[in-house]
Parts: sequence; C-alpha cells; structure tokens
Amino acid sequence: MGETELSIILLSARVAFTAILCALVPAFAVAWLLARREFPGKGVVQALVTLPLVLPPVVTGYGLLILFGSKGPLGQLFENLFGISFAFRWTGAALAAGVMAFPLLVRPIRLSLEAMDQGFGEAARTLGASRLTVFFTVTLPLALPGVIAGAVLGFAKALGEFGATITFVSNIPGETQTLSLAIYALLQSPSGDAAALRLIAIAVALALAAIVASEYLARRLTTGGRA
Amino acid sequence: MTALYVDIRGRAGRFEIETAFQAGAGVTALFGPSGAGKSTLLKMIAGTARPQSGRIVAGGHTLFDSARGTNLPPEKRGIGFVFQDARLFPHLSVRRNLTYARWAGRRPASRGFDEVVALLGLEDRLDAAPATLSGGERQRVAIGRALLADPALLLMDEPLSSLDKARRNEILPYLERIRTEAGIPILYVSHETSEVARLADTVVLIENGRVSDSGPAAAILARLGLAAGGDPDEAGVILEGRITDVNPAYHTAVIALGEGRIELTGDGFAPGMTVRLRVRAGDVAIANAPHDGLSIRNQLPAIVEEIRRDGAFATVALGFGGQQLLARITAKSADALGLQPGSRVHALLKAVSVEMARIESPRGGLTPASSPR
Repeated sequence: MGETELSIILLSARVAFTAILCALVPAFAVAWLLARREFPGKGVVQALVTLPLVLPPVVTGYGLLILFGSKGPLGQLFENLFGISFAFRWTGAALAAGVMAFPLLVRPIRLSLEAMDQGFGEAARTLGASRLTVFFTVTLPLALPGVIAGAVLGFAKALGEFGATITFVSNIPGETQTLSLAIYALLQSPSGDAAALRLIAIAVALALAAIVASEYLARRLTTGGRA
Repeated sequence: MTALYVDIRGRAGRFEIETAFQAGAGVTALFGPSGAGKSTLLKMIAGTARPQSGRIVAGGHTLFDSARGTNLPPEKRGIGFVFQDARLFPHLSVRRNLTYARWAGRRPASRGFDEVVALLGLEDRLDAAPATLSGGERQRVAIGRALLADPALLLMDEPLSSLDKARRNEILPYLERIRTEAGIPILYVSHETSEVARLADTVVLIENGRVSDSGPAAAILARLGLAAGGDPDEAGVILEGRITDVNPAYHTAVIALGEGRIELTGDGFAPGMTVRLRVRAGDVAIANAPHDGLSIRNQLPAIVEEIRRDGAFATVALGFGGQQLLARITAKSADALGLQPGSRVHALLKAVSVEMARIESPRGGLTPASSPR
C-alpha cells in the first residue's frame, strides 16, 4: 500500500468517524422523539430524517452547498460561532457523510427503543432512579444493540459517500478526496486502473469488516439478553 | 397505624375509578375480578399513573394531593413495587438487579443484602443473568430488589399470576416469610381466592373501580363464599388456630380451633405457634353425630348458622367457637340431615385438603428460617 493510498484511507476514516460521532447524539434524540413521543409535526420530522435516503445525493449535496457554503446562512453561523467552515474542507465532507448516514443511524435506534418494554423504566423509577438515571442505566444500555447497528451501518455509508460529498466540497486530494472520490478520480485517468483496483479491494474489505463487526457486536449484546 | 390512605378518582381504560380505603400493618389484599381497576390503582399509588383528583398518603407522607397540587414522582415515594412480569433488567446480573436501588437510586438500604438474599434463597443465583432464571426465581429476585430499595410500603401486582401451580407453591412460603419478617405493610393485588386466603390480613374488595366491601380477611372471604357468583366449591374460609401438639412420627400437628381439636399434616410446626388454615367449602362434610371408622379424623362440633341453596347444592355456614366454616353439600343431603339454622352438627374436614401456614414468628430482623422448598 502506497503512501497516497494510506493517506486516502486515513482521511476517509477521519471523515467517517467525525461524521458518525457528531451524528450519533442527534440521531439518538430524533429516534427517541419518534419512538416515545407524540407531537405536532411528527410526520414532517420523520420525512425530513428519511429524505437523504431517497433524494438524489447530488440534490442533498447542493442543498448543503446552499445552506452550509461560505455564503450560506448556516455556513456563516458556524463560521461566526465556532470558527468552523465547511466549504471545500474535510469538515464539509464529514458533514455530507453525516447527513447521508443520518437515516441509517436513526432507524435501528428507533426500532430498538420501540421494541423495549417501557415497564423497565417504570420499575427503575420505583427503585429510586430519576428519569436521567433511568436513561443511562436502563434505556441506553438496552438500546445499545440498535445504537451499534446504526453506527456500523452509518459508518459504512459515510465511508463510501460520493454524490453529496463531491457536489458539496468537490474532489480535492488530501482535503476532501475520500475513498470513493479517489477511486472515481483514478478511473477517470487512463493509467489509473491498477491503483483504482487496489482501493476497490480495500473498500470491499472495509465493508465486509463492518458487516462482520456489527453482527458480532449485536449478537454479543443480545445474548445475556432479554428476559 | 394507618400505613396507607387512598381516596382517589381517575380513569382506567373503559371505566372510572373511584376508590377510598385505608391499609394498616400486615398484608392488605386488593381483591376482585380481572379488569376491575386494581392494577391501575397500584400504579396511581406508585406514581406511574396519575389520578384525576384525590389524595394518597403513605407512612405519614402525602404522595398525591390534587387540592394542593402535590404529585411526588415515583422515585421520591419510597414505595416498592413487585410487578406481575418481574421486570428484571435483562442487561444486569441478579446481583446488579438486587442492588439497583443502591447504585442507581441512591437509596441506602437498611436491610442487609446478605439477609435479603438468604431470606429469598438466592445465594446460588447472584451472578446469573435474568434470562437464565426460572419464573419463580425471577419473581423472588424482583421481590428482593423491591425490599432492598428500603420501601415504607410494598405493592405487589399479582406477583404469582404468571407462574404455574408448582411455582406458586414455591413462592408462597417466601411471601409468608416476608409478611412476618420484613415488617413492611404490603398491598397485594390478586384475583385468586387461595392466595388472598393464605396471605391477607385485611381484604379490600374492588369491583368496577370501586370498593364494594372491606374488612378482616376471614370475614370478607366467608361473606364472599355465601354471596352469589364465583365458584362455590372454591369458596372457603380462613381459620386461625394454635398448635397444641406435634407428632413427628406421622408428620402431623394438632391445632386447637375453638373447643375442638383437629390434626393436620405438616412439618416445621411447634406447639404454641399460631397458624392460618384455609378450608375450601367443597372439602367439608357434615354429620349429625360424631362417627368412628372413617378415614376423616377431623370432626368439629358446630352449629348451623345459615343455609343457602342453589339448585342441586347448598352452602352451609357453620359456626364454632367464634369462627366460621363453609360446607358445600347437596341439597338432598341437607334435607336428609334435616339441617336448619341452629342444628347441632359435626363438620368433617379432610386433613389432606386443608392448607396450613404459619402466621406468627418472633419479630425483629430477617432471620432466615429453614428453606421452605
């Protein structure tokens, strides 16, 4: 594996990890709201969350460009508040990956919350635990298989994200050129086939590893499992 | 002492709950048909459901008072809850379940962990996962978990209803021990006459969300037996008596009941103990005079107090020494014996069909008795 390939993989990993780490908490919050609460506009929230899954990724990428570009309202907000800019930066690639992976994170978490017997929470309250304690000692541990399934699935998606990323932050080697974008760029050049094949093999290996890891974790967490 | 005062109105599914009752020390059974609102009532006391209005006071603390806007959250009520389905946390070991109130609820337990574990016979299962426990063990862990939360009042919502008969008989002795040794008032929801008869000191009868009757267990159950409805063969009474003698060779104990004496099978009893007997009406026969040469050796002199006929059968209330027995016989037998209120008769009890349980033991501390299994 050459130095460029290694740097591509490290960049992809950094983008995907950042995306999932930042998306996990909001994804859990949204999943919890959808699973446990009734509120006006629930349908709209549900549709918005699912949208990146069904929209052409190019459209999502363009939307991000308009909202989070250097002239976009949210882009300027983040720049002013936190000094984070997304345009043509790896942070933008992470944002695109996070948005695209979001529905994949929410779904399994929501399913695990819906499947959970809420009686456990009631029992914990009668044993003296506050709502917050119940969340950390009962709800979260019991939802963990869903969280891990979602995180692994989302990570694989973030690693391979293409359309939204290239539209939003372009294909800049060393900054926004993740695995998929690098493969695409190599396939465009006449002499790039061999290098592209090596990256493709790596991509396949990473995807398989993600699937095996998620199966293993889910099994480990559910045995010892529900009464 | 009033352990619990409840006077609430609220909704439970299809019908209104409008209930007022008080519970003192010992076991108070909320007894009534399924769907009468008993479980909802328990949830309202525990704070996981909210009544529309009224007042709930437990152990001198106001838990809910709609007039003053008081509504303590469940974790501040100091009430233990044993659920029908145990609800052990599946991701935690038995030990972590038992100590949950200590590490998650920050409730310092005044009862020692080891004492409660010994009381419920859970020493060997502490590191097990809840999924590997039998139904009876699960319920025992649930009871221990509630006890270790140091509750001022223990609520039990049909804790035996998800178990088969063998498992119930496995748990009942533990419940009896808790009643006598834990010294916590218990509110016990059930629709099983036999459980109520065995455990309850006081019975509150709930029908359609309302209290239809309440009083000492023996009186209420005897009244129920004569009332229409229910299975008349299952109707029965609770008697209290004192052990006067034991015969280890035959595994029997002699119990004084009023002026009479009866001999029942059972181990682990000693003279001087007070016991509670549940006698089903279908297991009591009536004779005009004492008989010899019968396999039924228990014959109590009694006086007919009331006869209630239904078709081919009759339920006869028999009084003796201030207590009451019910006998379920055929209407034809009642006529053949010429029974009428005031008749002097002998009640015949089959020893094998009478359930007997100890109700008094030296209080103070949770001294685990010999294994009741």
